[in-house]
Formats: sequence, structure tokens, C-alpha cells
Amino acid sequence: MPVDQSTVKRVARLARLRVEDEDVPRLAGELNAILGFIEQLNEVDVSGVEPMTSVVTMKMKMRKDEVTDGHYPAKITANAPAQEDSFFMVPRVVE
Amino acid sequence: MTSLTALTIAAARDGLRNKQFTALELTEAYLAAMEKARVLNAYIVETPEKARDMAKASDARLAAGQGGALEGIPLGIKDLFATEGIHTQACSHVLDGFRPPYESTVTANLWRDGAVMLGKLNMDEFAMGSSNETSHYGNVINPWKRTNSNAALVPGGSSGGSAAAVAAHICAAATATDTGGSIRQPAAFTGTVGIKPTYGRCSRWGIVAFASSLDQAGPIARDVRDAAIMLKSMASVDPKDTTSVDLPVPDYEAAIGRPIRGLRVGIPRQYRVDGMPAEIDALWSRGAEWLKAEGATIVEISLPHTKYALPAYYIVAPAEASSNLARYDGVRYGLRVPGGDIAGMYENSRAAGFGREVQRRILIGTYVLSAGYYDAYYVRAQKVRTLIKQDFDRAWDKVDVVLTPATPSPAFAPGEITDPVQMYLNDIFTVTVNMAGLPGISVPAGLSAEGLPLGLQLIGKPFGEETLFQTAAAIEQAAGGYTARQWW
Repeated sequence: MPVDQSTVKRVARLARLRVEDEDVPRLAGELNAILGFIEQLNEVDVSGVEPMTSVVTMKMKMRKDEVTDGHYPAKITANAPAQEDSFFMVPRVVE
Repeated sequence: MTSLTALTIAAARDGLRNKQFTALELTEAYLAAMEKARVLNAYIVETPEKARDMAKASDARLAAGQGGALEGIPLGIKDLFATEGIHTQACSHVLDGFRPPYESTVTANLWRDGAVMLGKLNMDEFAMGSSNETSHYGNVINPWKRTNSNAALVPGGSSGGSAAAVAAHICAAATATDTGGSIRQPAAFTGTVGIKPTYGRCSRWGIVAFASSLDQAGPIARDVRDAAIMLKSMASVDPKDTTSVDLPVPDYEAAIGRPIRGLRVGIPRQYRVDGMPAEIDALWSRGAEWLKAEGATIVEISLPHTKYALPAYYIVAPAEASSNLARYDGVRYGLRVPGGDIAGMYENSRAAGFGREVQRRILIGTYVLSAGYYDAYYVRAQKVRTLIKQDFDRAWDKVDVVLTPATPSPAFAPGEITDPVQMYLNDIFTVTVNMAGLPGISVPAGLSAEGLPLGLQLIGKPFGEETLFQTAAAIEQAAGGYTARQWW
């Protein structure tokens, strides 16, 4: 079993998801079941195969590096749970 | 005259042009039908005022002889598409109250062509699900029921609201999205037509992102012709999505009725999976016979990496989702749950805002991308993806289109599948198409022994959508259409 309970807690911390202690065993079981399903991929010989980076062959589009949009901070912050003077408000980070 | 809501887009278009009824009358008929069908829970938000305003504007344009390709046609919009000033939450609690100040490119294209918005449609949360059971707004009920049974069935997912609304005639057609089968599987479960076009055919701008290298928008409609009409309007190249492709959008409708004589149809032997129900196998053979009777040649082909598509998908899709969903942190939009410090606020907001399936996929994605595992999982999966695409590249030397079943079973009951991996197997026939970036269409082809719709899938070459419409129309012609009996 690749995922033990401490791994669940570490990954949840990385993903910024609060996980209750009583849910950890269930999540470990579910993640192991999914990873067990994924393990089949180890049967495939991928030596010399390039990873896919684009599903459709196309040249990366370039555009001029210039400002094309913006200047409406009130619109940008309109959906924020907390905002003041078109700034996003968050709990104190620096003392 | 038949009920206005019974008309296909093509028939309604003719009726509007010939002044048999007005766009407002058509919209009012749909609004009344939606009200009666609320038990299906297909719409999470109805927008009747907006619909009436848009219909009146359509009537003015029609009167002036300026109607667009979808002038006055009432549509439902999956909640994944940003609609300016209107509820857009991907059916997640984490986006509580979000009203985008912008419009998605796909919906903007539809409004440009004169379509009318009826409301926002239910879906699995962030499009993660195959049964519409993960929505924050509750399950959608499939308009179809088993013969002699009153038990509710799922409409499939993630575009379950779109498929149910189209099947119940509470919109003329709907927008949908497909990351692993989310257009084609619900279309198959509801007797409707759904097409996932080639990756890059529709702009992803303004569509809430799930897995960016797999996500693609497409329509769910009542028949092949309506799906063709819808896709023509939805598709475009867009400077705001660099993965949208700069190719002219063909007149897809013109492909319908073209003879398929001489068309080479591939039957991949790897799709004959263990435990496949006999009725699915029989449907598949019947589909091949229909095409053969129209002059197509049936060719057995091999797509050897098929069985690895689903496991590779369950690395790639959660990995991309864990990155895309990092933005939901309680700062810029949606739900905020206070915590001890800023990290506590992030963790609490995300724990309260995301449902179980979404959390599971974020955790899997974070795990496979975490230090030391990236090469073993993500890079390996992307290499397998190359092999899947090469299977198809080789097949295109021998065939023009590939025929497979759309799903391994008909619609099932809510709560019937609780094991996540069992649920993922619903996408076994559809997910390869997303992994390879190809177009795929699901077309109704028969009924199960219990009277439920079953679909066949056609897979095309990159940007081979016209061949899909042409071939799907031949299947539709042979199979006939399927309409759910109205019990609501």
C-alpha cells in the first residue's frame, strides 16, 4: 500500500485541504484503491517514447507582449468575499 | 399544430422564418415546460426574464430579416460556462455566489447567432463524475425509466443536466463539456446525440477548467442535424485560448445525408471487454451491419493500448485538476471559511467548499505530482498517452472512422455504484478519445431489454467532425429516434 495515513495528511497539507483525523483511514483506502488501478501502467514499455505535450500538432502562437486588457479593479474584486477599495482582504500575514 | 417544445432546432428554425410562431412564443412554451419538469432537477437556475428579453430581440431581428443561424432558439447552458452576471458555479459550493463579469467564448458565439438562454444546467461538481450525483445542487433524474418500473435513474455525467433537459424537451439543445466522456456518456444514457469535437475546435475561454489538456466543449442535441447546427455556432478560433485551432469551421449540417458508400469503418477488437453485456455487443454488431448495408466497408483494427487509457487518465486528469483548482482559496471569489491564520482559512474554505469526489481527485493529483513521484506517474502517463495516439495514427491508414459502443451499460440507479473505480469504468469507451484529442460522437442506436436508450460511438480523425455527422446520420436513419415517455 503506497499511501499510509501520514502520507494522506502530508498530501492534504500540500493541497491546502483540511482533513479530519477520523476521515484519514477512509481516504487512505480510497487513494490506495485508485493508485492500485493506476499501477497497470507499469506493464507498458515506454522506453524511447516521448511524453505527449500537445494533442494536436500546432505551432505555439505568439503575440506582442503588450497590455490588451485591464484597468477595472472594481470588476476584478466584485466577487471577493472581502474587499476594500478594490483590494482583496485577507487575514493578517505579516506581524 | 404540435407542441412547440417538440420541434427540433431545424424545425423551429423553419417555423420562425416562415412566421408560423414567434421566438417569444417558442420561449414561453419552454419556460412553461421547464416549470412542469422541475422534478428532474435539470436546471439549477432558470433565467425567464433574460430569456424573454432575448426572444423579443430575436423577433425584432427576424422581422427585419436579419436572423442568425440560431435566431430565437432556446438553449440550456451547463453551469461550467461563464455567463455574464448570472450564477456560474460549476455546481460547486466553493464558488458560492460567483457571478462572472465576463461571458465564455462559446456562449458568446451562441448569443451572436441569436440563441436564447433559458437557464443554467446541473452537472457533476467541476465536471467530475459519471452520474450527476456529485453536484452541490443534488442529483438530476433521467427522464427515462425502465419498462414497468418507477425507480429513478441517473442521466449520466458530468453533463447530466444538459442531457436530461434535452431528452425532456425543456430546451431545444444544450451546451456541455467532455473531459473523459462527459458529453457522450450522458447522451447515451438519455437517447440524445452528443459530440465532443477535436481538442482545440471550441475555445475553452470562460469555461471553468477541470483538466486543461482534455477539456473540450460540445453540444447535446435531439438529433444529429441539431448537433451539427449547434457545433457550427460554438466552434471558433479565439485569441484568448492559444490551444484553439485556426481552421475554418465547416458547414457541418451539409455533411448530413451524404452517402457513406466506400467509407471504411474500423472495429477495434480491444473494445470487446470482459463482462460486456450481450445487448451492448449485439448493438455494436447491428450498428456495423447498418453501415455495411449503406455501402461502408467494415475493417477489424487493433488499438493495443486501449486498456491503459483509463488508468493514464486517472493520473493526467487529477494532476491537472489539482493545479487548476488551487485557485479556489477563499480570497478572490466564492466561499470563505475563517481559520486561525491565512493557511487555516485556505484549508477550511477548500474543505467546506469541495465535495468528496473533488477532494479525492485533488489529493490523487497532488500525490502524483509531488516530489519524487512526478516521473513515475505523470510523465509515464503522458508517454502512455503518446502510445494511445499512435495506435489511432496507425489505424487511420486503414479506416476513416471507428465504431464502438458509447457505454458499457445503460443508465443505472442513483447510489447503485459507490466504489470510485467502478464509477470510473463508465468512461472506458470514451476516455481514449480525450487522451488522443480526437472527435467522438454518441448517437442513440437502440433500447436495452429494460427499455433504456443505448448509444454507439463514432471516433474520427483530427477535425474529422463532418465524417462523424455523416456516419452518425446513417446510424440515426437506420435506428430511428427515441423519445422518453413524459411522466413528470
